[in-house]
Amino acid sequence: MNIASHWTRKDLIGIEDLSADELEIIFNTVESFKKTLSRSVKKLPLLQGKTVVNLFMEPSTRTRIAFEMAAKNLSAEVLTISGDASSLSKGETLRDTALNIQALAADALVIRHSSAGSPLYLSKVVDIPVINAGDGAHEHPTQALLDAFTLRERFGKDLTGLRVTILGDILFSRVARSNIWALTKLGASVTLAGPSTLVPPNFESAFGVRVCHNLRDALADADAVMLLRIQHERQTATHFPSLGEYTSSFGLNKLRVSWLKTDAIIMHPGPINRGVELDSEIADSARSVILQQVTNGIAVRMAVLYLCSGFADFTRFGKQPQAIEEL
Amino acid sequence: MSKILWIKNGRVIDPANDRDDVGDVYAVDGLIVNNLSPEQKSSATVHDATELIVIPGIVDIQVHLREPGQLHKECVKTGSWAAAAGGITSMVCMGNTTPPCDNAGTIQYLINIIKRDSIVNIYPVGTASIGMKGEALTPTGSLKKAGAVAITDDGHCIQDNEIMRRAVEYAKMHDLILMDHCQDYALTKNSVMNESEMSLRLGLKGWPNAAEDIIVARNIILAESTNAHIHLQHISSATAVDFIRRAKSRHIRVTAEAMPHHIALTDVSLKDYNTNFKMNPPLRTERDRLALIAGLLDGTIDCIATDHAPHSPTEKDVEFDKAPFGIIGLETSLAVCLGVLVHDKHCDLPYLIELMTCKPSEILNLDKGTLSEGSEADICVFDPLESWIVHENGFFSRSKNSPWIGEELRGKVKKTFVKGNLVFNGEYILSPQDEHTILARPGES
Repeated sequence: MNIASHWTRKDLIGIEDLSADELEIIFNTVESFKKTLSRSVKKLPLLQGKTVVNLFMEPSTRTRIAFEMAAKNLSAEVLTISGDASSLSKGETLRDTALNIQALAADALVIRHSSAGSPLYLSKVVDIPVINAGDGAHEHPTQALLDAFTLRERFGKDLTGLRVTILGDILFSRVARSNIWALTKLGASVTLAGPSTLVPPNFESAFGVRVCHNLRDALADADAVMLLRIQHERQTATHFPSLGEYTSSFGLNKLRVSWLKTDAIIMHPGPINRGVELDSEIADSARSVILQQVTNGIAVRMAVLYLCSGFADFTRFGKQPQAIEEL
Repeated sequence: MSKILWIKNGRVIDPANDRDDVGDVYAVDGLIVNNLSPEQKSSATVHDATELIVIPGIVDIQVHLREPGQLHKECVKTGSWAAAAGGITSMVCMGNTTPPCDNAGTIQYLINIIKRDSIVNIYPVGTASIGMKGEALTPTGSLKKAGAVAITDDGHCIQDNEIMRRAVEYAKMHDLILMDHCQDYALTKNSVMNESEMSLRLGLKGWPNAAEDIIVARNIILAESTNAHIHLQHISSATAVDFIRRAKSRHIRVTAEAMPHHIALTDVSLKDYNTNFKMNPPLRTERDRLALIAGLLDGTIDCIATDHAPHSPTEKDVEFDKAPFGIIGLETSLAVCLGVLVHDKHCDLPYLIELMTCKPSEILNLDKGTLSEGSEADICVFDPLESWIVHENGFFSRSKNSPWIGEELRGKVKKTFVKGNLVFNGEYILSPQDEHTILARPGES
């Protein structure tokens, strides 16, 4: 069976819109691609002759490179444009920038933007696939997909009943929001932990999760802890007193890790601030799956580019996507 | 020869005179009269209003006409067309123009434009502080002499309590009301929507109710201590409604207004990041919406105004964070309010008409919003049941930033008269000098 033929979206805007079945299609595709990553020759001809444009209006290392590598592994041409190097800095609107990229015959647009809702907006402006690589504090869907995929590798495909604690700056985090949607759709239960100013109680009713400001309680029965970077660049001085105060209350150190179950894992979307949200030795310990997440990030982005491009090809040219199994 | 108008056989609702009956409305030379002689009747222009509602022209005390200086959004002429199409015959235009109405010259200039271009009654205001910066008082006496009917920094809010106190005291001496846009800036830095579950879900910076409540409370305290009348503009928060209710029970001189969009919509409408739902103050929750309706019903909130705030498509067609605040409202106000308040059975039709005619007029002593004998014949005739779909290209306003595009509304303005002249016939804007001359068709502004 060619699972790609069941995918019916040109864009990936957020996890909120996806059904559990759609998540399953993505994970199955990721699984196939992950196997190819350990081959000596990684390149697959699936997006041969296509150009993927990465429009990054905010700085990024991991996500940008993972998208570039994913596109290249699929044999696509890749162009990466950063905000300060584009005509947006000359006053061109985002709409015009996107229309120009489309007019230059790009086949997919990956966008990171500081304004929430920008990828959704662009998906209505252009006909080519729009992939959200992070929009403001809204969503970062490919991060949540790679996190969930990493959890599936560790705990098995059924995440029902799994307990995941997300710790840190939730308020400003698109990673947290996408992960909450993904995990709750997959049947896991989510606890949010961190200082009250960064983890407001409204999250409980808005997302159906538990909010907890007592770190020991939040860690006690967790199967996985997802740490989030404290985003100095987004927070005004009003949200917490100092990095030192944060670390002393919520930083993950050896003692606090001992409160976890023995088989619980530690995750982080990166970039990590060693010594702030987690101690170096924890980041490098056997519990940490941080680098595994990075590798899965390539397979996830390959899957998303492949599925969305495949559907766009189908609607534009009536062409069925080539099955991965045939390669 | 006299010009005689006879609007026949409509349901006439004139809350200022407690009138609600099926009957006729007459005017001679632009003024309402109670009766016509048989000779006058034989020479009258007759408009049949059978099965229609006949009311005083609607009074809207908060609109932005963008002239001078922002003509790509709107101007006095197109704004007056939009008003006429919405059954609005008198409106008060805010002073946040370019330059702002902080000096008598700009107000005089605006009045000249109004005389030249407007087909409805338009009243300018003066700003409360120079440049709306909240730092120094404007020459309120000169502004009044030039024609300002109130002072307000609308669009901005004086943060400094000392300046606010003095502005209120000084305006009181000139018998002018200060109308305040209630917004604490420290609590709304970079905010773009209501702070709520929705803002958390959408990842947009929230605008807490407290930002409005704190300034409403400040204004109530200053109204009490100065014994001056402060009008609280576009109230959106349930707590603010409660504060105002308690202030009124203590006879503190505050009045307040609500907007059609705040009683019709909630922040759930923002789910697709449509910038036509972005305004200041923001759409709030269902609890706030219901509190506003309750406030209108028990008199805590005195009237309805639109906060008509035109922005060009280019300005609104951007990332949500970057889009300007504001929506147009003149052409949809009556239908939206009919839907929310009357069709949904919160109040009867006469009460709604009161909220849109004599009550707003009374706040600013405009002497409008009535069909009393001798008053100018500003009249709106509408069909409360006719449904229509709001089209992007159907506006007389120069802008089209409406949250109701594509929606079906019930209640359609059929005719609008200003000073006895038919200026809108349900389809076109007509010349006040000659109703056979079409001034504008929808979508042509």
